[in-house]
Amino acid sequence: MRKQIRLSGSGGQGVITAAIIYAEAAVAEGWEAVQSQSYGPEARGGASKSEVIIDKEPIYHPHVSVPDVVLAMTQKAADKYHADLHEDGILVLDTDLVPEPPKCKNVIRIPITKLAVEEVGKSLFANIVALGALTKIIGLVDLESVKTAVSHRVPPHTIDQNMKALQLGYDAVK
Amino acid sequence: MSKARLMQGNEACTEGALAAGVRFFGGYPITPSTEIAETMAKKLPQYGGTFIQMEDEIASMGVVLGASLAGKKALTASSGPGISLKQELIGYAAAAEIPVVIVNVQRVGPSTGQPTAPSQGDVMQARWGTHGDHPMIALSPWSVKEAFDTAVMAVNYSERFRTPVILLMDEIVGHLREKVELPDAAELDIYPRRQPSCTRAEGYQPYAPAEDLVPNVADFGTGNRIHVTGLIHDETGFPVGNPKITREAIDRLHQKIAIAADEITHVEEYCMDDAEYAVVAFGGTARTAYEAVLQARAKGIKVGMVRLITIWPFADKAIKALAAKVKGILVTELNYGQLVGEVERAVAGKCDVKLCAKYDMTIFEPEEILSDIEALAGGKA
Repeated sequence: MRKQIRLSGSGGQGVITAAIIYAEAAVAEGWEAVQSQSYGPEARGGASKSEVIIDKEPIYHPHVSVPDVVLAMTQKAADKYHADLHEDGILVLDTDLVPEPPKCKNVIRIPITKLAVEEVGKSLFANIVALGALTKIIGLVDLESVKTAVSHRVPPHTIDQNMKALQLGYDAVK
Repeated sequence: MSKARLMQGNEACTEGALAAGVRFFGGYPITPSTEIAETMAKKLPQYGGTFIQMEDEIASMGVVLGASLAGKKALTASSGPGISLKQELIGYAAAAEIPVVIVNVQRVGPSTGQPTAPSQGDVMQARWGTHGDHPMIALSPWSVKEAFDTAVMAVNYSERFRTPVILLMDEIVGHLREKVELPDAAELDIYPRRQPSCTRAEGYQPYAPAEDLVPNVADFGTGNRIHVTGLIHDETGFPVGNPKITREAIDRLHQKIAIAADEITHVEEYCMDDAEYAVVAFGGTARTAYEAVLQARAKGIKVGMVRLITIWPFADKAIKALAAKVKGILVTELNYGQLVGEVERAVAGKCDVKLCAKYDMTIFEPEEILSDIEALAGGKA
């Protein structure tokens, strides 16, 4: 029952934060979870990757081997991180930031950053839109648990916007 | 209600240090240890403690020694380049018997190396980074929960033996977040700073050893005027240029740890009951090694794992016993090969010792260790 999830993009897009929130929601539901990350020395703009493993059993080796879901928020990340996807795995792409989707069996394209800018007002919320989409696609942790985890992690005055972003992402997956 | 929560290794280390009574942090941020300074800056004031960011790593080491001499349990945290700078004062702490914990969240070296990438390349630096004959205690956690536990142990050992203790973390565990349930403070055994048992008038000497060979050095500001020096000194704390006193002083520094070595050398065994081969691992690498051991077991190879929690003093007894039991040992470490030399020394030719080393910025994959286990077992499934 292990789920392996990889979130990738460029530094500053918030993929690490999104991964942490998802893992926090999983723990709140009683799952075992580990979250790890790798990033370049730059604060912004460098490659950024975060991985989450969720299981009922203890998790030792902390890195994803065969991801069930890969989120890519840049073309570079999509090209680099889709290759080892499980044969039935799902590649989730930001439509506008990944203009050339890699060849993959299951690809879901969502205008993640566009939704954040046009519906919530800032690209800053793109990671939470993505988190909403992943919550629906993974189908392991309840949206309610993720909502609670988001509200614990973000600044209080941004909770309404973050809830809107989360729901937008969730609803964007048909 | 469950206390389970997602926590990062560096945060858990901070929580452990606070639970063990650390009330002073001096440091200078460096990846991948920065979250320890960040969490300390946030939390220490809530505990009535003091956080100070110094101008560099040398000053950071100096300020924690000063705080410790003034009676506070003190800790600093850094990574390779910063730990290199602290070495002179780590030796001073060993010589002057100042309790202090130095957290090293290892990254790839030498020099500035690879700032955000994992390594276990400071095993020998932890032991011999500062000059001269001195004992050393170093602990290495493999999980977020154990980052908490070993932080508590490190503070306790530093106070009990009045010696610097290195908490040898790695980026794998430092930056890992996982589910943990931390114990309540009331469940922990915390070693209190020992105070002088008599006054000067009754013959108190600050560096006179108690029964366990550790002196009860008075804290500054408690009414005793004491002299602290990195020079070899006698019971008074003042330097003495004398062969006998020099030999006795260095003997005592080593003996105070050696007589307690069994108590502080923590080793855990996994799948070892019927094992014919063993993997020796520590820190974050042990997580992957264990996964590889389970995969090898599934293929019918009788292999187990011995995990060192205490790196220094080295687990001579456990490794000697292991050498008498198994046909071969595979040492896995995220460096060019450091701990393997100690394992070979303890094994003394009693069984095969092979090295599984990696030093390319990335952590082991289970398959890499598995193939070395298979090679060690000679394909005998």
